[in-house]
Amino acid sequence: MISLTHFLILGAVLFSISIAGIIINRKNVILLLMCVELMLLAVNMNFVAFSYFLGNAVGQVFVFFILTVAAAEAAIGLAILVVLFRNKRTINVEDLDALKG
Amino acid sequence: MELIIFYVFSALVVLSSLMMITVRNPVMAAFYLVLTFFAVAPIWLLLEAEFLAVTLVLVYVGAVMVLFLFVVMMLDINIATLRKGFVKMLPIGIAAALTMLVSMIMVFKSEFFSVAKYAIPERHDADYSNTAELGKILYTEYLLHFEVAAVILLVAIIAAISLTHRRRANTKHQNIDKQVRVKSTDRLKVIKMEAQERK
Repeated sequence: MISLTHFLILGAVLFSISIAGIIINRKNVILLLMCVELMLLAVNMNFVAFSYFLGNAVGQVFVFFILTVAAAEAAIGLAILVVLFRNKRTINVEDLDALKG
Repeated sequence: MELIIFYVFSALVVLSSLMMITVRNPVMAAFYLVLTFFAVAPIWLLLEAEFLAVTLVLVYVGAVMVLFLFVVMMLDINIATLRKGFVKMLPIGIAAALTMLVSMIMVFKSEFFSVAKYAIPERHDADYSNTAELGKILYTEYLLHFEVAAVILLVAIIAAISLTHRRRANTKHQNIDKQVRVKSTDRLKVIKMEAQERK
């Protein structure tokens, strides 16, 4: 039978894959945003698993709000990216050094 | 049976997220993320979170990932410069991820998360509505949080539009502020005149 440990380990695997993605793809801003979405998915998996095993629907309510905030953050992050690309014609993180001393 | 479903879909989740971080083309990376979300939804259905599984597919994949794909396809990205540090950072990335994963698995396999402490609950009946349960809590106890989430979405809309909105220089448009504040004396002037004979 599936126990809580299965779902928690799946969440942990997703989280560590997204950490690896952030370390490997440090230059590409779009891939960084996508790895953040994957991290949020790992946390959501944890919340839903605990909500089922504790019989409390509050975990699912929190996932609802995490989805809301993740969507808002993705929209604003992509808007910033689009304006950045309009001005600098690149999405390489290393080229964003205008504030460098 | 449920175990087989769980293993099949979690294998799909892990494989597609691994493909997402290693593939070259950003459009393919976005597609693999879409596949990851699609593969997580049946796992949430196993956990009787039907509303969230459907919301994940409709909102997260249908709106957020479509937005990602729009942006990725719109930007003209030079892929070669973006992959420069890939091989150099790969061992560090794998080492950090494995360290974190092994320590988390060691915690999760201990007796604090075992079946004795978190018993596998009974399945609900066929007429149990997960959406109704969520609605009962969301609109009573968590009403304020719900409204705050709506305000967050409003702020996101205003921010995204005001960041990216461009105005064309040679179009004529109204200034709504001035338009609304117009008074009749701005448009009309009443002059007193003597009656004159027609010449």
